[in-house]
Amino acid sequence: MSEPVLVVEDLRVQLDTPRGNARIVNGLSYSVAPGETVAVVGESGSGKSVSVMALLGLLPKRARVTGSARFRGRDLLTMRERELRAVRGDGVGMVFQDPMTSLNPVLTIGRQLTEGLLAHRKVSGKREARERAAQLLADVGLPDPRGALDRFPHELSGGMRQRVVIATALAGDPALLIADEATTALDVTVQAQILDLVARLQDEHRTGVVWITHDLGVVAGVADRVLVMYGGRCVEDGTVDDVFERPAHPYTQGLLGSLPQLHDGGAGGSRELVAIGGTPPPPTDLPPGCVFWPRCPVRGDERCATEQPPLTPVGPRDGAGAGSSAVPHRAATFYDAARGAGEVGS
Amino acid sequence: MTALALRRALQSVVVLLGVSVVVFALVHLVDGDPVRLALGTRFDQETYEALRERAGLDQPLVVQYLQWISSAVTGDLGVSFRSGEPVTALILERLPATLSLAGASILVALLIAVPLGTASALRPRSVVDAAGTVLSQIGISVPEFWMGIMLILLFAGTLGWFPAGGYVPLSEDPLQWARSLVLPAVTTGLVSGSVLTRFTRSSVLEALGAEHVRTARAKGLGARAVLNWHVLRNALLPLVTVTGVQLAYLLSGVVVVEIVFAWPGLGQLALQAVQARDYPVLQGAVLLFAFVFLLVNLVVDLLYSKLDPRISA
Amino acid sequence: MSAAQDPVAVPARRISVRPARGRFTTALKLLLTSPPTLFATLVVAGVVVLALFDELIAPTGYNEVDVQQRLLPPGQGHWFGTDDLGRDVLSRVVLGAAVSLQVGAVAVGFSLLVGVTAGLLAGYYGRWLDTVLMRLMDVLFAFPAILLAIAVIAILGPGTTNAMIAIGITYTPVFARVTRAAVLGVKESVFVRASRSVGVSDARMLLRHVLPNAAPPIIVQTSVSLAFAVLAEAALSFVGLGTQPPAPSWGRMLSEGRSYLEDAWWMAVFPGLAIVLLVLAFNLLGDGLRDVLDPQQRSALEAARAKPRRRRRAGVGA
Repeated sequence: MSEPVLVVEDLRVQLDTPRGNARIVNGLSYSVAPGETVAVVGESGSGKSVSVMALLGLLPKRARVTGSARFRGRDLLTMRERELRAVRGDGVGMVFQDPMTSLNPVLTIGRQLTEGLLAHRKVSGKREARERAAQLLADVGLPDPRGALDRFPHELSGGMRQRVVIATALAGDPALLIADEATTALDVTVQAQILDLVARLQDEHRTGVVWITHDLGVVAGVADRVLVMYGGRCVEDGTVDDVFERPAHPYTQGLLGSLPQLHDGGAGGSRELVAIGGTPPPPTDLPPGCVFWPRCPVRGDERCATEQPPLTPVGPRDGAGAGSSAVPHRAATFYDAARGAGEVGS
Repeated sequence: MTALALRRALQSVVVLLGVSVVVFALVHLVDGDPVRLALGTRFDQETYEALRERAGLDQPLVVQYLQWISSAVTGDLGVSFRSGEPVTALILERLPATLSLAGASILVALLIAVPLGTASALRPRSVVDAAGTVLSQIGISVPEFWMGIMLILLFAGTLGWFPAGGYVPLSEDPLQWARSLVLPAVTTGLVSGSVLTRFTRSSVLEALGAEHVRTARAKGLGARAVLNWHVLRNALLPLVTVTGVQLAYLLSGVVVVEIVFAWPGLGQLALQAVQARDYPVLQGAVLLFAFVFLLVNLVVDLLYSKLDPRISA
Repeated sequence: MSAAQDPVAVPARRISVRPARGRFTTALKLLLTSPPTLFATLVVAGVVVLALFDELIAPTGYNEVDVQQRLLPPGQGHWFGTDDLGRDVLSRVVLGAAVSLQVGAVAVGFSLLVGVTAGLLAGYYGRWLDTVLMRLMDVLFAFPAILLAIAVIAILGPGTTNAMIAIGITYTPVFARVTRAAVLGVKESVFVRASRSVGVSDARMLLRHVLPNAAPPIIVQTSVSLAFAVLAEAALSFVGLGTQPPAPSWGRMLSEGRSYLEDAWWMAVFPGLAIVLLVLAFNLLGDGLRDVLDPQQRSALEAARAKPRRRRRAGVGA
């Protein structure tokens, strides 16, 4: 296995709010290998978007970010603004959720594509920048790419706009692509096209991808690995197959339990998480033990109420030998809820 | 685009016709005979008859209006009761002074509003923001004429930097023209600038929160490029409209400021006409003000639809 | 009548618009927690007290000429100094408060009455009435404000009463526009359509349902217009078309002070400060009212301070 493009260790984000200190991300660790897709799933407010914005220094200045995030060996979190700027849009591309609002309505598509190229001196001049921009639009499958350069965002459909946003993110030939709910605002057909597009480009360029979503259908369709977030913590991670077939944390079980016949949905199946009873704890007032404890229907171990359960390896799947995969399957519990899955009735 | 322009222009013409009716009606509602009022107590019958006939006052009202408006369209606004000079000539003579003042004022206003409003929005709750908010709130509440008097007291009286009043035509002496313009322009500019500062601040704040700004930063653009192209470019678009409206309001303030600075502009002309009961001049001046107001609003509307790609559909 | 109307009105309110009375009590409480608004309220209250008891408060009468004492600088006996006729500037500033407030109140009252009526009728009935009324308002709106007032006074003649009428006419279109916009917003709401369907009379409908729900922007506009009216009265008096001497008016005092700028700055400074303070107070009050009454701009404030209250009310209403 080759050197990972991104290694995140113990990432924490805190923000002082009028209601006290909000702990939004609490000790997140993961890595992304070239060509690999890691999906980060969780409800809104689980800290998944904040955790990736923190990587590129896109959070407001008053946010306190600690831990480390080494991109190609260099820690993004200790970089100066100037160095970070060189990474943004060049080594790391980012796609945001809403194609309606993530493009500037008063600038042409061409202008918005070329300004990144020019800023990173990827091209020698405006002419070459336009050539390259048209090529990028062709790559993402926009009809009439040359004509599109002179158009304004409102003249394109939502799907076309998101292709433009993706083209923008790919402009610098990034080693890492971060997609924050990149297909959430799109309808199912367009979503499937975009997912295919990213998968194809990823194969060609060996790009590592972090895919933030709350859509388990998307996870099943694109991800190699999945990381389940709750209350700013990782409660379970592993390969998509391991986590989906044998969820070990009560929260993951809850998510999947509300999703019958997931695989039948296919890659484009857009089934959303159905909420579990109760609401996530406010980040200003996290419980002392497992963050899920107040809503937990299992409560298999009293220690969960007072101690934070560490991420521990989950036992092998039935019929599969231990370590059949290079990626460990871990869950933040004191007990293996997967074994008692029948009793819990998930 | 052209259809929109045509429709807006037509609307303005209709409103302007309405204005002309109101202006005409106002003057002819006068209790008594305007000519008699204008001439005062001592006049001979011959002058009286001549003036009456010349003003067309012996005709029915509708005929008078139609005569007045149809010659107004050709640029003939009648003659002054006082001096006998054509009203159009009187107005044209005063126009450069008022236009210089209005133009310079809006320039001052924008030079204050854009930097101050932007700085406030970039650092909300900072010292700059607090100062900007308090000053603009006070600026909105200060009567222009009092501001003018205070500026004269300080800069013309105590410091002696600028003349306390009077107007020097540009063609005569550009330097003195500029010097004479400073205090009156700052006076109206400060008040309009306060309104525009508040608007700029909220507009930039809104633009800063837009998602495309985050996209721009994620592209690796420098802070300046993000500010210029993705924040200000968006935030200042609506400022075009507001500046146009402000320019129209500014004309209103100019009337009084012209009195304070003995500025020989249209406002002063209108006021003198009121005091002298010189109705043709008053009619002409008011009509011209309304015309300029409508014209500015029309131009601004069309300009905005040209600048904002979302509208030119 | 009321039996037919009430059952309709109650569920409808729950659906679309919050009940007016509860909204105003909440609004009032929110208002007084904001320092600028509190300041503005105190200033306005203070000026009203000055205006009501001006003759008790003012050290001298408004026209006590004493040429021996002319152009005295501020100091003992005359805190704000004396003017060119030896009159006490402080007394004249105090007595001028009544004139300013009176002109402001009457003029805005006029705009309010005419403008709101026009706006209600135009917005509610629409069609040709709307076109005629609003085009008329457009025409009035096309005059620079002071110039229209000057033109009106040119016809009516100078004086305090005529200044009130002139200013009142000038600010009528704003009220008509604000009201019309609000009415259009309320007109299509469920409760209005429901009430109409059970035959509630138009007059009752306008006064009992449409007007209260269109009230917030009108109230905000009233406060802002009071500021404009005070400014306009001062401007008219300044150019000699408003309040006539020897009555004390702030604008008039300023124009008198202008002639003595080099010898007696206080003649121009103090009346000006009085105008600024009163206008500032009305503007701040308008801002405060907008924050509290205008639902769109209110949301942030309310979310911070009054969320539990709203939830409880929704529970009770259900």
